[in-house]
Amino acid sequence: MDRIDIYPTHLFEGHKLRFGRPSPFGASVVPGGINFSVFSRHASYCVLVLFHKGDDAPFVEIPFRGMFEHAGTGEPVWNEFRIGNVWTMTVFDLDYEEIEYGFKIDGPGGRVARGMPGVHRFDPSIVLLDPYAKAIGGRDVWGATPDWDKPYPHRARIIYDDFDWESSAPPEIPMEDLVIYEMHVRGFTRHPSSGAKYPGTFAAIREKIPYLKSLGINCIELMPIYEFDEFENSRTHPDTGELLLNYWGYSTMGFFAPKAGFAATGKSGDGTMVADELKSLIKELHENGIEVILDVVFNHTAEGNEHGPTISYRGIDNATYYMLTPDGYYYNFSGTGNTLNCNNPIVRSMVLDALRYWASEFHIDGFRFDLAAILGRDPWGAPMANPPLLEALAYDPILGKCKLIAEAWDAGGLYQVGSFPAYGRWAEWNGKYRDGLRRFLKGEPGTVGDIAQRIQGSPDLYSTRGTSASINFITCHDGFTLADLFMFDGKHNDANGENNNDGANDNNSWNCGWEGPSDDPGITRLRLRQMKNAAAIMMVSQGVPMILMGDEAARSQGGNNNAYCHDTPLSWFDWNEAGENAELTRFFSRCIAFRHAHQALRRKDHLQNRDVVGSGYADITWHGTKAWNADWSAFSRTIAFMLCGKHAVRAGHADDYIYVAMNMHWEGHSFELPGLPDGRSWHVFANTGAGSGADAFEPGSEPRLDDQSSILVGDRSVVVLVGR
Amino acid sequence: MAFDASLEMTANGIAKITLTGELDASVATTFRDKVEEAHTHGAKRVALMLSGLDYIASAGIRVLVFARQKMGSDVEIFAVAPTPQVNETIEMTGLHYSLRVLPSYDASVIETV
Repeated sequence: MDRIDIYPTHLFEGHKLRFGRPSPFGASVVPGGINFSVFSRHASYCVLVLFHKGDDAPFVEIPFRGMFEHAGTGEPVWNEFRIGNVWTMTVFDLDYEEIEYGFKIDGPGGRVARGMPGVHRFDPSIVLLDPYAKAIGGRDVWGATPDWDKPYPHRARIIYDDFDWESSAPPEIPMEDLVIYEMHVRGFTRHPSSGAKYPGTFAAIREKIPYLKSLGINCIELMPIYEFDEFENSRTHPDTGELLLNYWGYSTMGFFAPKAGFAATGKSGDGTMVADELKSLIKELHENGIEVILDVVFNHTAEGNEHGPTISYRGIDNATYYMLTPDGYYYNFSGTGNTLNCNNPIVRSMVLDALRYWASEFHIDGFRFDLAAILGRDPWGAPMANPPLLEALAYDPILGKCKLIAEAWDAGGLYQVGSFPAYGRWAEWNGKYRDGLRRFLKGEPGTVGDIAQRIQGSPDLYSTRGTSASINFITCHDGFTLADLFMFDGKHNDANGENNNDGANDNNSWNCGWEGPSDDPGITRLRLRQMKNAAAIMMVSQGVPMILMGDEAARSQGGNNNAYCHDTPLSWFDWNEAGENAELTRFFSRCIAFRHAHQALRRKDHLQNRDVVGSGYADITWHGTKAWNADWSAFSRTIAFMLCGKHAVRAGHADDYIYVAMNMHWEGHSFELPGLPDGRSWHVFANTGAGSGADAFEPGSEPRLDDQSSILVGDRSVVVLVGR
Repeated sequence: MAFDASLEMTANGIAKITLTGELDASVATTFRDKVEEAHTHGAKRVALMLSGLDYIASAGIRVLVFARQKMGSDVEIFAVAPTPQVNETIEMTGLHYSLRVLPSYDASVIETV
C-alpha cells in the first residue's frame, strides 16, 4: 500500500503540493518530492520560486499562502502553508537534479533603498537564496565573469546525501599530536608547476597527498571553502589593470554549500558532484591519516553593509540575522560591513546546524573560527560571560570529537587570547606565540622569559586548559610568509591597490640586512638559517604547531602581507620552489618527524618544572651557556632547556631526553651540556648552523656528539640534541 | 541522443551492462533497474560498457555509487571504454578509486574470477 503521507493534497498551476514539514530547514528530498522550509519571524508573505537550471525566468512561483485547487475535487481552496514562523510545503514530481529554487518574501517596513538604514529590508521583487542551501550555483567555475544582469545570481540547488564512505571514518587524532598545514584550496595546486590534472581544485589536492605525508602533515586546515563570490568588490588595479578578486574568500554566501569554483566538477553546473568531489578528497585524506579542519567565517556575510546587495539573510529577516543599531545600521565588529547576530537563538541554531552538517555529511574533523571573539558578543555587541553559542558548540553531541579552534580576537577590538570562553574544548590561535617567537628570532632584547612560556605551551595563558589549547604558529595566511619575514622590514602591498595602507604594520620582521631578495651569500645563508630556526623551535614547542602552505619551501609573496586579492603566482604555491629549496623542505620534514617520534614534545598536560616521577630530573629544566644557569636578564639572547623523557610515558614507554639550545645572538656561544644519567649520551638531531646534510638527521640515526660536555652553537642558530 | 541500457549475463557470471546516450536523472532508474537485475542474477563481476555513453549527470554517478554498494565489496565493477568526458567525471568525483576503469573490454582481466 502506498504511504498516504506522500499524497498531494493541493494543486497550483498543475503542480502537486501538500503542507510541508517545518524541519529540517532548507530543501530536503522526501518520497515523491522536495520539502521546502524557510524561517522568517517578520515575513508576512512568502513565495517559492522554481527555475530550470540556468534559466533566468522561473517556471513557476508557488505562494505559501493563497488560493489552491483541492487535489481530489479540483475545487478552489484557500490555504496557508505556514506553522509558527516557518513557511513550508512539499512539491511533488520535481526533477531535483534539474532545478534551482529561491524565495520571494515580503514583510513590514516598506522598500528600503540601497544605502539607507532599515530594521527590515523586505523586497518581494528579489529572489532570495535559501540560508540552508546545500549547493549554490552562479559561480560554478572560478573566475568566469558573471552575467551581472542575472536577476537571481546565486542560486540554491538540491543535492543527494548518499555518498558511500565505506569503512572510512575520521581518524580522531589527539589534538596534541597534530601538525596542521594551513592551505588555500586553489593556491595549493593552481601554479602550472603543480603538475596536477585539475589544478586549483579539491581533486588536485588528492594528487598531493603523498607530498603532505612525506612532510609529516597529519592535518590540513582549508581556508574558506563555503560558497563565496570571488567577484565580490572585484576591482582593477589602478596601475597594472590586473583584475583583483576576493581570493581568500572570507565572505560567506551560504554556510552549507562547498565552493563550486574550487571543484573540478563545478563546470558541470551540478552541486551534487561538487560535494562528491570534496567528500572523495576527505575520504582519501582520512585513509592516509590526515584530518581536515575548515576555516569557517560566521562573523559576517557577503551582503555587506546597507550599501551591499540583498542576496539572502537580509531579505529573509534582517533583524534576526544581523546585529543592528536601533536606527537600522549594521554593527561592524568584523571590519567588513555587517556582523552576523550569532547569539540570536535562530542564528545560533543555523550555525550549529551548519557545523553538524559538515561534521556528519562531510566527516570534517574540526573548525577554525574566523574572528571568533564576535561569536561571544550579545546582539548589541557586548562580550558575554557565558556565550550560549560557544557553550552549545563545546557541548554539542555531533561535534563531540571535532576540534574547535578560535581566532580569539575580532575587528571590534575584543582580544581574548588566553581568555576565550573555552568550556574545556576550545583551542586558540596563539597570537602571542607568533609575536613572541618573531621578536626572539629577530634578536630583540627582553624576549627570553616570554618565549620560555611559549615553548612550554603558554601555561601563563592556558594554565587550566592544557597545552593543546595553544595553536602555535609563526606565520599564517594573514601576514608575511616565513621567507618574507626574514626578507622584509616593511610590508610591500602596492599590488593591492590601496597605497600600501592595508595589512598589518606590526610584523616583528627583520630583513637580515637588505630589503627584498638578495644575492649576497651571507644574507641568503642567514635567511635560510632563520627559517630553520623558526621551524626547529616550533616543532619542539608544546602545543599544536601550524605551518603556512609553502613555508617549508620558502614561498615568498614579495613582501605582500595581505595577499587577499591576488589569484596570481604571488599567492600560489610554486612547486618549483619546493625543488629549489629542497634543503629547507627536508629540514622541515625532519623536524616534524622528530616531533612525531618524541612524545616529550607532545604533552597533553603542562610541564610542572619539577620532578614528580623520581627520575632525578624535573620534567623541564632551564639552562644557558652554563648548564643549570639560564640567563633570564633583559639582554639575554640565549636560552636552553632539557626535557626529561621519563616524565613523558605513553603506552608504558618513556621517551628520550631532549636538549634544545637557542642562540639568537649575532655571535656564537659555547653551551655547557647538562649531564645525562644511566650511561646515556647526547646525539645531535639538528644544528641550524651546520651545512646542508648535517643540519638535521633522520630521527633514530642521529650521530653521537664527540664532546659530551659542551657544544658550540653558532650565531643565530638552534641546536637540538637527543639523549639516549 | 536517447538513453538506453541493456543487460547481458555471460555464461561465467559476468554482467555486461551497455549504456548509450545521455544518462541523467530522468533515465537513471532504467540504469538502476539493470544493476538490480544483475544482482538478482548473482553477477560475479559487472562490466559497464560505456563507449556509447556521451554524458553522465550526477544522477548517473549516484547509480554507480549504488552499484558499488548493491554488489558488495567482493564483486568488482569495471568501467569499460568510457568516453573522455565520462571518464573525467568519474575521475573528478573520485569514483575511479572504487571502480576499475579499462580502456577496452579485456576478457583476461574481467573474466578471470
